[in-house]
Amino acid sequence: MDKQPAIELKNITKRFGKVVANKDVNLTAYRGEILSILGENGSGKTTLMNMISGIYFPDEGQIFIDEKEAVITSPKDAFSYKIGMIHQHFKLVDVFSAAENIVLGIEDGKYDLKTSTEQIKKISEQYGFELDPEKKIYTMSVSEKQTVEIIKVLYRGADILILDEPTAVLTPQETEKLFNILRRMRDDGKCIIIITHKLHEVLSLSDRVSVLRKGEYVGTVNTAETSESELTEMMVGKKVELNIERNEPHDTVDRLIVNGITCVDRMGATVLDDISFTAKSGEILGIAGIAGSGQRELLESIAGLQHLSSGEILYLNPKNDTTENLRDKTPMQIRNMGVRLSFVPEDRLGMGLVGNMDIVDNMMLRSYSKGHSIFLKRKKPKDLAMKIINDLEVVTPSAATPVRRLSGGNVQKVLVGREIAASPTVLMVAYPVRGLDINSSYMIYNLLNEQKEKGVAVIFVGEDLDVLLELCDRIMVIGSGRITGVVDGRTATKEEIGLLMTKSKHEGGEQ
Amino acid sequence: MIIQFICRAILLGVPLLYGSTGEIVTEKSGHLNLGIPGIMYVGAISGVVGSFLYENSCGNDIANMNPVLAVLIPLLCAIAGATLMGLIYSFLTVTLHANQNVTGLALTTLGIGLGNFLGASLINITKSELPSIALTKTSSFFSAKLPFADDLGWFGELFLSHDFLTYTAIIIALVVSFVLNRTRVGLNLRSVGENPATADAAGINVVKYRYLATCIGSAIAGLGGLQYVMAYASGVWSNNAFGDRGWMAIALVIFALWKPSMAIVGSFVFGALCNANNYIQGLGTETQELFKMLPYVVTIVVLIITSMRKKREHQPPASLGINYFREER
Repeated sequence: MDKQPAIELKNITKRFGKVVANKDVNLTAYRGEILSILGENGSGKTTLMNMISGIYFPDEGQIFIDEKEAVITSPKDAFSYKIGMIHQHFKLVDVFSAAENIVLGIEDGKYDLKTSTEQIKKISEQYGFELDPEKKIYTMSVSEKQTVEIIKVLYRGADILILDEPTAVLTPQETEKLFNILRRMRDDGKCIIIITHKLHEVLSLSDRVSVLRKGEYVGTVNTAETSESELTEMMVGKKVELNIERNEPHDTVDRLIVNGITCVDRMGATVLDDISFTAKSGEILGIAGIAGSGQRELLESIAGLQHLSSGEILYLNPKNDTTENLRDKTPMQIRNMGVRLSFVPEDRLGMGLVGNMDIVDNMMLRSYSKGHSIFLKRKKPKDLAMKIINDLEVVTPSAATPVRRLSGGNVQKVLVGREIAASPTVLMVAYPVRGLDINSSYMIYNLLNEQKEKGVAVIFVGEDLDVLLELCDRIMVIGSGRITGVVDGRTATKEEIGLLMTKSKHEGGEQ
Repeated sequence: MIIQFICRAILLGVPLLYGSTGEIVTEKSGHLNLGIPGIMYVGAISGVVGSFLYENSCGNDIANMNPVLAVLIPLLCAIAGATLMGLIYSFLTVTLHANQNVTGLALTTLGIGLGNFLGASLINITKSELPSIALTKTSSFFSAKLPFADDLGWFGELFLSHDFLTYTAIIIALVVSFVLNRTRVGLNLRSVGENPATADAAGINVVKYRYLATCIGSAIAGLGGLQYVMAYASGVWSNNAFGDRGWMAIALVIFALWKPSMAIVGSFVFGALCNANNYIQGLGTETQELFKMLPYVVTIVVLIITSMRKKREHQPPASLGINYFREER
């Protein structure tokens, strides 16, 4: 290869207190190529890239740019080496326009938004972006915001671009568009580094893949010469079965019938618009959609946490074959009616668990009303806590450790474990594997499948379409608070779902 | 009568305008400085101490006093005293990460205590019968009017008869407005207050901007204290006479929706509202007190209206009151 190395890392180590985030990492990225940095959550990918972009400074090791040693102590230094980072959490000022955000922090020449706007339009044309420079950030979609971020670094003349999980929030179509733009930049001679944990993206986009595991550099392979299973093995350190078992649903009966519910939020916007569907026992119903399309409100409505302006939520109680309307009931009323509903919200430490309390006390949050004396009885919750710790392999010093000190995956296991232990008939989970490593993710999928086998009606809100397609029996797609379609999880394609996600008009509905 | 009422409203409004312009600059950097009442108080007493020393050094004869020095010394003292307070605030919140509300309230208590201590000390030195110090000579320089203002009838009285600190207040507010909205420094400052992590990633020195905005804001607010003593109170300092003007200045920031140009109008509206009770006939003492609530009632009404309209541009800076740590994970 006659490619020029754009950036080289040598023996980079970074610690945060006692935690080693990166240890002896060596890495080279060339001009005119797309390099993927692959690793699980917590493997130190983002920390490593933050050191290149000047947010952190390495404790040991050297960084070479164009074969000369570079000292990058601040984001400004990074700009001067033409390094641009597009963060996973956008660094944009909401009340500023796109143009204002793009010129923010540039200190050469006169402050002149008009000339800058022209320049932005030129860059947009060159690489095929669509962007109105005068649009305010807070009115933009996620994909538009990302466009602003990318143009921001290009405007500064960056030729080494680092993208941190750029596709996490995009629909398949938007992802494809982004990839085309990135390929165009590569052909233009830029060095593109993309951080991701999605294997299929790595395989379809990048030229080479570097793998990190627990902060350590594992190795680099050419994409053309590797496979999904080899990459997984490098990433996890052992062979992992990547197939989710999906049995045909059996003995399904209607469990929860949602009938034309509409919900208006405090700002007066309609967040759920005439949603109707049926969740059946022994089946996993997936809910797909762009983040913020009403998934949270939908689950909260069923759990009794949202006020509805119309519609009804009917629960068919298997014990006595009665039908109850859950609309406008509080969670406590719902529970007292004998409805066994479990809810794993997306905001684990905000809505699901209390971070400062230990695992045992968090178990009691679900069962405190069972006690009849004025003193707490800790025996049962403690047994449950120990059972969850053992069964789900929760890594914790003890059951008395505050849950906020556990890692994301372990917090999630505690929460899912508690909700399942309530032996629900309806189990609602929102983004249950967000931030989890592969092993934990598959453990959660297996737990959901187990519940399905037991005849529970599972409602699964997910973001990774590949997982939804592998796990769910039916997938309901929502866009802007409306159902845009319901597809069969076994036959539907990603593209089909992606199109439904962006469709905002009410054309689909319950089949 | 109406002209007199408006002039009085302006005179009452100017300290508030200084205070709120200063607080706007500070808040735009993400600092909710509740120390403004104390800072304005320190600005006032610093100016008083400066002019007291200068008057005494001139042997209490107005003929010996240099008009430029008589104005410049209190002015610089007020700026220095107020800036120092801003520096304390910034050091505590930016460098030591102290809670902004607590720090601000502590500074208010400190400033008022310090002011009263220095004021009482000066009163002690003069061995005055009255619990106040009169700096009428210095005040006469401060409230000098344009010589031809009286010849121009109502126009002269309304627009040209004010002391120079009134005009300065308006100029400062307009300059701040221009800087915030039309310059790179203003863009950077606003980004620091909205989203410091973003500003930091864009290479803007968040610490520097927060320190500078807070100190400059405090200096501006300090001038409000000085204007109150020298122009409104005709150079007479008595402890606690400044009252709750500092809090009103903070309320005015909300009223003005964080826009200095709006603060100009707002300060005169507040001045008029504060003063309305004196111009309405037949009010008992208790109803007078009710009238004094008007500025606050109006502020609450404005808050209700703006929060109902939910326009993002009318909201406070997004990171207001939140300290920034770069390596927080």
